[in-house]
Amino acid sequence: MLLRHTTADVVEREGLTINPVKTCQPVGAMYAALGIHGCLPHSHGSQGCCAYHRSALTRHYKEPVMAGTSSFTEGASVFGGQANLLQAVNNIFTIYDPEIIAVHSTCLSETIGDDLNQILIKAQEDGKVPEGKSVISAPTPSYVGSHITGFSAMVEAMVKYLSINSGKSNGKVNLIPGWVEPCDMRQIKSIAKRMGVENILFPDTSDVLDAPLIGKHQMYPDGGVTKEELVSAGDSIFTIAMGSFASEQAAKLLNKKCNVDYEVLDIPVGIKATDRFIMKLSQTAGVEVPSDFKSERGRLVDVITDQEQYLHGKRVAIFGDPDQLIPLTEFLLDLNMEPVYVVSGTPGKYFEKRIKELFEQYGIDGKVKNGPQADMFLLHQWIKEQGVDLLIGNTYGKYIARDEDLPFLRYGFPIYDRVGHSYFTTLGYEGGLRIVEKILGLFHDRQDRDAPEERFELVM
Amino acid sequence: MDYIAARQGQILVKGKDNFNISCEKKSEAGSVSQRACVFCGSRVVLYPVADALHLVHGPIGCAVYTWDIRGALSSGPELHRNSFSTDLREKQVIYGGEKKLYESLIELIDRHEPKAAFVYSTCIIGIIGDDVNAVCKKVSQEKGIPVLPVHSEGFKGTKKDGYKAACEALFSLIGHGNIDNVSPVSINILGEFNLAGEAWMIQEYYKRMGVEVVAVMTGDGRVERIARSHGAVLNVVQCSGSMTYLAELMKEKYGIPYIRVSYFGIEDMAEALYDVAEHFSDYPEIRQKTEELVADELSELLPQLTAFRNDLEGKKAAIYVGGAFKAFSLIKALKHLGMTVVIAGSQTGNKKDYEMLQDLCEPGTIIVDDSNPLELSKFVKETGADLFIGGVKERPIAMKMGLGFVDHNHERKIALAGFKGMYNFAVEVHASVMSPIWNLRKEVL
Ligand code: SF4
Ligand code: SF4
Repeated sequence: MLLRHTTADVVEREGLTINPVKTCQPVGAMYAALGIHGCLPHSHGSQGCCAYHRSALTRHYKEPVMAGTSSFTEGASVFGGQANLLQAVNNIFTIYDPEIIAVHSTCLSETIGDDLNQILIKAQEDGKVPEGKSVISAPTPSYVGSHITGFSAMVEAMVKYLSINSGKSNGKVNLIPGWVEPCDMRQIKSIAKRMGVENILFPDTSDVLDAPLIGKHQMYPDGGVTKEELVSAGDSIFTIAMGSFASEQAAKLLNKKCNVDYEVLDIPVGIKATDRFIMKLSQTAGVEVPSDFKSERGRLVDVITDQEQYLHGKRVAIFGDPDQLIPLTEFLLDLNMEPVYVVSGTPGKYFEKRIKELFEQYGIDGKVKNGPQADMFLLHQWIKEQGVDLLIGNTYGKYIARDEDLPFLRYGFPIYDRVGHSYFTTLGYEGGLRIVEKILGLFHDRQDRDAPEERFELVM
Repeated sequence: MDYIAARQGQILVKGKDNFNISCEKKSEAGSVSQRACVFCGSRVVLYPVADALHLVHGPIGCAVYTWDIRGALSSGPELHRNSFSTDLREKQVIYGGEKKLYESLIELIDRHEPKAAFVYSTCIIGIIGDDVNAVCKKVSQEKGIPVLPVHSEGFKGTKKDGYKAACEALFSLIGHGNIDNVSPVSINILGEFNLAGEAWMIQEYYKRMGVEVVAVMTGDGRVERIARSHGAVLNVVQCSGSMTYLAELMKEKYGIPYIRVSYFGIEDMAEALYDVAEHFSDYPEIRQKTEELVADELSELLPQLTAFRNDLEGKKAAIYVGGAFKAFSLIKALKHLGMTVVIAGSQTGNKKDYEMLQDLCEPGTIIVDDSNPLELSKFVKETGADLFIGGVKERPIAMKMGLGFVDHNHERKIALAGFKGMYNFAVEVHASVMSPIWNLRKEVL
């Protein structure tokens, strides 16, 4: 009864956040930067933040996460961190030899007013950036936004600093996947490849944060979008940005800077969002949808109908990142389940609007909240008011799941206490099947666990 | 080997280099340092106090990253395992966050009725200049419980300064409890955080010796026990890096002497018990019970270790941990398993620590201060280590290189302290080093 202090009556809170459903911007910027090949993320601030962000990513992905820090001390906090950053750039290129350094700020460096862009221009002028190497940067103070907006800022920086329209089309489609798992990035590439659509996916953490064990530590694993590809993204025919929170800004900028048209779609979670993604790919690249997608889709629908009686009417509480929650909510609704409570810590009006539209469309009397006080304390209070049959969210949901004895599907970031999330995709029809399989597994296990002897059945 | 030039003095090879390590300096800008911040230090020390409120004043990240990360177990309340944050927004960064802090404290204290509250200031609070002391004082008066500011702005030093801030907060709790019934044979355990229930094991040993443990700071901690800890006769400091300062404070104010001990490994564990017995030499039965206890435990443990030793003899180990004191114990423990230490490093050791480290190590051992992944993986390759002992950030690196790993930090789920802990340690080292999976690490396709 870890959360025994949670009361059922919902209290209005102004300031306080209790058991948050978000974290701070820099960790998102760091994750995005790891999706560039040969890139060393760099945290401009004190050591602590960087250590925490690396730990958080290491725990979730179970992979080495490299990042430099400007190692602020009191001096830097008073006089500004320019000297630290200049020295850092110099040290990093000399010792760690990356292709790119992707610098992000922290609360501290933002508050004291360091201008990353200015400092890095100076680094260039001072000859601290070797020929052919690059430095990009994104402002990510954590008192605005969340880890998702930090991710978005760094993806935007990739476009801002690197993409160029050379006037010659490369015939490719840009795919911006948003904050998803390495396996999901791989899945998106694979869908495009099966469709015969040449693409540039960025960022791309596959083969970086799910790298194979080969008996040596690679500072820069084989994966990641290359700098050349990021430059070339300005010559692509179209951009599909997945998720408005994490991907839209980059697509918008690419449009403005290089005149590449774009559309924002949901991350392809579930049937409808995957349909939309595949249709869009086929349309923009002018390719037919191969028939094996149709069978894959059909198999997923088949499994769902086979097990329909276990799904319908089940009440679900979900929390996590907005771009994932929107299509996930839609998918659950298509499964005839009732996602009644939806909570995201990331601020942004679009989220509530979309979820409410979905509630309306499917006739659900649900609750949704995002932003500062949308936290797990609130979610728990809602659950106490009226219970649910399933909880979906990141690792921290385990407290509620235990207290309320709920089946719990781990989904999103961070997941510290299970493996598989970074290897088995939940995107596309294949991923949809996995989500359904997991949900059914939870319900079936629960039924077996709770069944009295005489009702314990072989066939379910 | 290529190091950041300025780090040269921080990496030495025993028997080769002139031993004058430079340490206790700040990491170079740009290094992929494994170090944390002041706040991190305060948080790990205070967080196990289970019936207190822990409110992180600052933006959300600092609170999230320290939310229940260390598995410091409690036998009762679990308030400490929640994450409370004032979640500062841009508005407060400009206009100040005192009002938000005040309201948050009142609300939380009303709802959870904690025995005390700790308010951690993170980096940004130091910059915007909130008067956290004043808010805490006001709330303390209104609510009648201790509300303690912990000045742990990340940039104002290292993790060590965080320990210090935590000690100060604890010190202000001490002295308020009733000490009438405290036994004349009593101790406090300082710097034991009850990871995997270790504080319970250690307390059990002292109990068997006939020694009362007044307070453990801070494993399975309770405000009330801490408040009467000045009644104890002796302070026993385990994690000396973090808690020696508190022991000093208590010595000064309450005249309580302290000893430094380690609970890891056979010699150190036994010594920790004997040293306490020694202190109570007026009570000869304690010495006798201690001897019995150690003999008992060892007669069970030593034969168990032989089997492991047969397999592990001659294998090489690399150690990179937070405090140097832990490294000492580990080196001794590994000797019992027939292993040699080829790399020994710490994040925060001082000159004396490194000298002692050198004394304990074989010639050729690489001794390193404030290292980073690139160096560590180079060292491992050069020395051909079979085992790495470190923390969360070192694990995946070791794994990728294909060598055994034992977590001796946050992610540890089994007790490694005490005699039972030595056995657990041996099991884990053996299982990891001898795993057949390492034979499969090379590509065959
Ligand atoms: S360095 Fe500062 S901002 Fe970063 S984690 Fe530590 S206290 Fe928080
Ligand atoms: S919230 Fe700010 S200070 Fe805290 S870890 Fe994140 S960036 Fe660092």
